[in-house]
Order: sequence, then C-alpha cells, then structure tokens
Amino acid sequence: MATVRIPPVLRPSTGGEKEVQAAGENVGDVLHSLADAHPDTQTQLFADGGELNRYVNVYLNDEDVRVLDGLATPVGGADVIVILPAMAGG
Amino acid sequence: MSPSGAEFIRQIKSQIAEVDPADVHGWLNGGGNGNGGVTVVDVRESDEIAQGHLPGAKLVPRGYLESRIEGAVPDRSQHVVLYCASGNRSALAAKTLADLGYEHVESMTGGITLWKDRGYKVEVPRKLTSEQRERYSRHMLVPEIGPEGQQKLLDAKVLLLGAGGLGAPTALYLAAAGVGTIGIVDDDVVDLSNLQRQVIHTTDRIGTPKVDSAEITMHALNPGIEVVKYQTRIDASNIMEIIEGYDVIVDGVDNFPTRYLLNDASVRLKIPVVSASILGFDGQLSVFAPYEGPCYRCLYPVPPPAELAPSCGANGVLGVLPGTMGLLQATEVVKLIIGAGEPLIGRLLLYEALGATFTELKVRRDPECAICSRPPEEISEEEMGVFPDYEAFCAAAG
Repeated sequence: MATVRIPPVLRPSTGGEKEVQAAGENVGDVLHSLADAHPDTQTQLFADGGELNRYVNVYLNDEDVRVLDGLATPVGGADVIVILPAMAGG
Repeated sequence: MSPSGAEFIRQIKSQIAEVDPADVHGWLNGGGNGNGGVTVVDVRESDEIAQGHLPGAKLVPRGYLESRIEGAVPDRSQHVVLYCASGNRSALAAKTLADLGYEHVESMTGGITLWKDRGYKVEVPRKLTSEQRERYSRHMLVPEIGPEGQQKLLDAKVLLLGAGGLGAPTALYLAAAGVGTIGIVDDDVVDLSNLQRQVIHTTDRIGTPKVDSAEITMHALNPGIEVVKYQTRIDASNIMEIIEGYDVIVDGVDNFPTRYLLNDASVRLKIPVVSASILGFDGQLSVFAPYEGPCYRCLYPVPPPAELAPSCGANGVLGVLPGTMGLLQATEVVKLIIGAGEPLIGRLLLYEALGATFTELKVRRDPECAICSRPPEEISEEEMGVFPDYEAFCAAAG
C-alpha cells in the first residue's frame, strides 16, 4: 500500500484525512483506488477521458510523474504519492 | 638566536609559493585558467582595503584569517592568491593557509603597491556610513554578506506584489535588511480583518491605503531605504511598466490570473520571482529564475477550476502562516541579491503547519512550456497572463 498525501482542497473528499493508504501497482492504480474509496475525488483528479486533469500535479516521492511514466509509473509499498494543486492565496 | 622579523619573513617566503602580479592580472582577465580558477584574497586591514582592492577580491584581514577563511574559501583544493600592501603579510598568511591544509596557495609579490605600479585596475569600495555600519553590523560579521553583500543589498531593487499576508513580513524584513529600493504594488486599504496576519499594518491605520501604511512602518524601522508605492491593481496594461528595472520580484498575490500574468511578464524581462502561496495551514514556496530554471507555467501549466482554488478570504488561513512563508521568501530574496547559498530554483518547498512538516519536490523546466520554451522577445504582450480557459475561470471566480 502506498501513502497518498491529500492536499487541503481535497480533504473534504477524504473525510479530512491528510494521508491515506491506497493499493496499486502503478500511480494510476493507486489514484483509482483512492477514487474508489473516496468517490468525490474522482472528478477532481480525472478528466472524462480517464487521464489526469492538467491542473493536478502528481509526484512519486519528490519527482513529477510527468517526467516519469505518468500514470503507468510503478509504485512500491514504501512510496509516497503527493497530489499537488496550485494555490493562489497570498 | 631568534631571527629578526625581516629574517623570519625571508624564511617564510622560502617555504611558500609566490606569484607575479602579471600572472594574477592575466588570470583575472580570462587568460590562463581564467577567473573561475583562482580566488584572490586581500589580507589587509579594513582601512587599507577601503582605499581600493583588486577587482573581485575577497576581503579577509590577516587578523581574522584562521576564523574566516573557510567562509570565504570553503574548498581547500581551490587555487588561492593572497596579497597585502607589499607582499610580506600575504606571505605569512600563505604559510598559515598551507598549515590549515590549503593545497594551492600563492602570495602575490609586491602586493597591491606593485599591482598599481603596473597600471592594473583597482576597485575602490563605496563606503558605508558609520550609521550604516552600526545598523548592519550583524550582517558585516557574516562572511557570506560582509560590507560587499550589504552594499549589494543597498543597491538592490525588489518589487513586492501585494502588501497583504505574504507581503507584510517580507516588506518588514527586507526593509530591515537594508534593501535599498522596495516597490510595493497594492490597491487595497487596511481592513480590520487583515490585522490577524498582516503585521506591517496597525489598528489605527484601518482605512489607510496599504501601500501608505506599509511605507510608514518600513520607514519607522529603516529610514535609509526608498519605498516606491504603486496604489494600483497590476494588470496586463501596466505590468511591464511597473516591473521593469527591478532585480527581484516577490509574488504574494491572491489570485491565479495575476500569478500567470506576472510569470509571463517576468520571463519576458528575465526577472527572477520568489513565489509563495498559502491556504489554511499549507504553504508552497519556489524561486522561478527565467531560463535558468522552470517558470510558474512549467510547474502549473493551467490553474485549477475556481471551485478547487479557494482564496484565503473564502477558506481562511492561519495568521502565522504567511509570516512563516513570507520570511522564507525574504530569505530567498536576500540570497539572490548577495549571491550566496543555493536558491530554491527547480525545487518546490511545501510546508504543512499542522504536522510541522517540510516536503521538497523537484520542478523541471518543461521543454514544451507555453512561455519559457521560447526566446523572451517572442512572448507577446497579448498572450501574457492568458491561459486556455481564462475567460471561464475569471467568470467563475467572480
């Protein structure tokens, strides 16, 4: 099970949890597990075609999955996935 | 019998390497192994250095050599040339550095006297006033800053976008640090609800324009700096005119359209931006240095939809948080100005206050970035600050 860090804007969709455990062989699987467990995150993470929304950044540990293999990037049990939306507050 | 002083110096000189000013001049002007290959250290006293020193020399008086050389030259394998007035003190200092394990140290024969006799150029440092030396004395003691770094701060022009949560602490500390010119852009007036976090303003200044209120506090703290006020909302029509000429921009704005606009204009003008954002108990920080590292659009190609982009006004923010993030911004600004340390370029720092955790993520330049993948002159004013669903975003954001 990988650890997924939930950003503040998505926490209402995860019952306020800052981190959740989710299973999956790759980044896409883990995020789909998250969406299965917390359905409100589905439309926030994924576009209609199933790809990640462009405004959602996803990191495997400290690396952007866009420079890895995207949703197909393999994930190990000790890995941390960070979901990162832009924030504009100042 | 103990040797005379002159004999002692002669003995020391036989144990160290000396170099002619002509060689040093060649290195500093790109000959031989170039300026990057040699570090020149002036070991004279500060009153002598004030009369002029070799261009680019680091200043470490011989009396402080053992305690300060590691700050000036951390790498013991670095090629170091020491000089003084005539070549005696630098010879003694070269022996000290060799004893400290420095592997490639030379003393310049004839010192700066012979250097000047040869007609080579010297730099005469501008002098800080006695009031400035006292005010910034704790900076003077830091090897990475010193008089040279303080002069850079005094010469620097920094623009703060926003005199709100992030801008307030940043403005205070940059004013205190002696950043010589600080511009502030904000069209708002001080509101009672600001005072939980915007520490540059005061209760008796509610209703006062924020730029005026900030100026009062900054000048009370440091009357020696210039505050340039822009009581306006930055937009596509005025951004180029406002930001041009500034060395560093501090982004503390509270909305996405302005963040994208600032990014595009700062890439066009090649001005680094120290960017932070806050919400609730969370903060993000990075430095966007155009063409050196990624830009804001490399990190966030498009903004989130309005329902996923709440503002602090809508969702609230811990009052201390902009202090934490604003001061991290101020720290990055000072580092950029004095050229010390590793700026937060290509890295995004996340701070989560409830868990007291810092997380660092890598940010890469996007070779297909809509803005910074192109030469600056190709970025037109019409496309600045625009993203694909800009109209819808602004409509939804109200």
